Amino acid sequence: MKIKQISIFLENKPGHLSSICKLLAEADINIVTLLLADTKEYGIARLIVKEWQKAEQLLKDSGATVKVTEVVATEVEDKPGGLNRILDIIDAGNTNIEYMYAFTYRAKESAIMVFRFDDPDEAIGLLTSKEVNVIGETDLFQIAS
Amino acid sequence: MTTLTGDQPEYFNPVSAPDFLMKEQLQRLQLQKLKRIVKRAYDNVELTRNRMNETDIKPDDIKSLSDISKLPFTYKADLRDSYPYGLFASPMKDIVRLHASSGTTGKPTVVAYTQCDINVWANVMQRTFASCGVHAGDIVQNSYGYGLFTGGLGAHYGAEALGATVIPVSGGNTDRQLMIMQDFSVNALCSTPSYFMHMVDRAQQQGIDLKALPLRIGIFGAEPWSEPMRAHCEAAANMKAYDIYGLSEIIGPGVGSECRNQKGLHIFEDHFYPEIIDPETGEVLPEGEEGELVLTTLSKDAMPMIRYRTRDITNIITEPCSCGRTLRRINRIGRRSDDMLVIRGVNLFPSQIEAALLKVENTQPHYQIILTKEKGLDQLEIEVELTAEMFSDQVSKIEQVQKQITHAIETTIGISARIRLVEPNSIARSEGKAQRVIDRREK
Repeated sequence: MKIKQISIFLENKPGHLSSICKLLAEADINIVTLLLADTKEYGIARLIVKEWQKAEQLLKDSGATVKVTEVVATEVEDKPGGLNRILDIIDAGNTNIEYMYAFTYRAKESAIMVFRFDDPDEAIGLLTSKEVNVIGETDLFQIAS
Repeated sequence: MTTLTGDQPEYFNPVSAPDFLMKEQLQRLQLQKLKRIVKRAYDNVELTRNRMNETDIKPDDIKSLSDISKLPFTYKADLRDSYPYGLFASPMKDIVRLHASSGTTGKPTVVAYTQCDINVWANVMQRTFASCGVHAGDIVQNSYGYGLFTGGLGAHYGAEALGATVIPVSGGNTDRQLMIMQDFSVNALCSTPSYFMHMVDRAQQQGIDLKALPLRIGIFGAEPWSEPMRAHCEAAANMKAYDIYGLSEIIGPGVGSECRNQKGLHIFEDHFYPEIIDPETGEVLPEGEEGELVLTTLSKDAMPMIRYRTRDITNIITEPCSCGRTLRRINRIGRRSDDMLVIRGVNLFPSQIEAALLKVENTQPHYQIILTKEKGLDQLEIEVELTAEMFSDQVSKIEQVQKQITHAIETTIGISARIRLVEPNSIARSEGKAQRVIDRREK
């Protein structure tokens, strides 16, 4: 159920993000979602791609600092209270949300929320027990394709 | 009579015999040679003669080794002022080799050798290799730069004299260095420690396991490096990393070397006479106290150096070494007066920053010190390359690393530094001496 997310360390300098996108484009790797966490001096690009092993290797070979972490993706109803319901479920457990981000897809009534939990397995247990649709790799890339 | 005790070298090389001279014998030899070299300098070098006359010292006044303190100092500036040939004590027909400093701050400093000097140089470098455990039959990759720099040729002649197989690869072209290291089954590497760390990085990128190679000895010098840096070098390969010491004004590499104990560098005292002085007053300090190292060449004919101010800060280790060598040792030089930075009135050496940085888990010695001035106040910024182990997908974890480094630096050197994490390989790598400091303060 967990999704692999690739994080890349980026200095805040012109051209650094585009060079990464170019590298993946040339390898014909589609970026499903990308989130940039930034500070004054550096940023962390977090991205989800289907061919994550290939992308990881490519990035490492190019000399980038790369880390693969596991995140959890859920479907969230695209209406008021949709996210709140999920957060309530998580609050009931012991796991923390380190960060999260959302993205939407055309022709879909719901958004996809990506969570980075400190304990993803516990979170998945909590969410599935309350019948939240946790999206696995196969489904995610199918929706995205 | 004293006998050799302690850990005997595995392979005793006869060339190392002078390393084990009894103290009285060594001192007798030193005095004889000192008298000769002082006379030679007085007779042939105008600058030395004038300075000795000014203080009313004649070569005949040197009656004991302690009389050396009566002699005037020689400074680096003297080499520049007498550029190019002013300090030579031999006619040009006897001089077979010239070397020169890079001359980044104007005219280079030129040094000269007679054939006899070249032989002495090969001898002390041979003893350096022997002292670090290199022996005949070993394959030595010499990655010190060949050319005007003394490192390349100095190590070359010494390793050849020892009977090792020398690969004169010189500095640069790291991929080729690694190919040679693997394909030629290299046992010993001569390079600057910072260039070796660059090779380590490159090997990692290429999936080359240095630990699986027969490389067992690193002969590292030409720049000050810290004890944690040694640990890094030794962890990267199945090797012992040895510090060697030298300076072109004296001879080049081969002035001193560590032995297997890695506890201080034995000075080849039969050729170079060490003193430690107070750099402010010029007074000779009691043995064991820290001060500036002053060296007198006891054998060098082409360009004798009388009490040369090295600007290197160290102390003489008074305890005998368990390797059995009777040559006195100096502590590793972490500080060259020339490298000293004055930041907000605090004296600081790059090697102190290096040692503090490497105390933090997962850091690598890839850093650069940048000095700027903001509103009249010195600012210290240290760029540190972020390693995969230090990296996290969470900003808070990276900030944590940043704080750890800031803390380590502040507690070690007493002033706060701004730590900037940068991408791997973004700090320029050096194939020779690393450029650790960029000073953007207006002079």
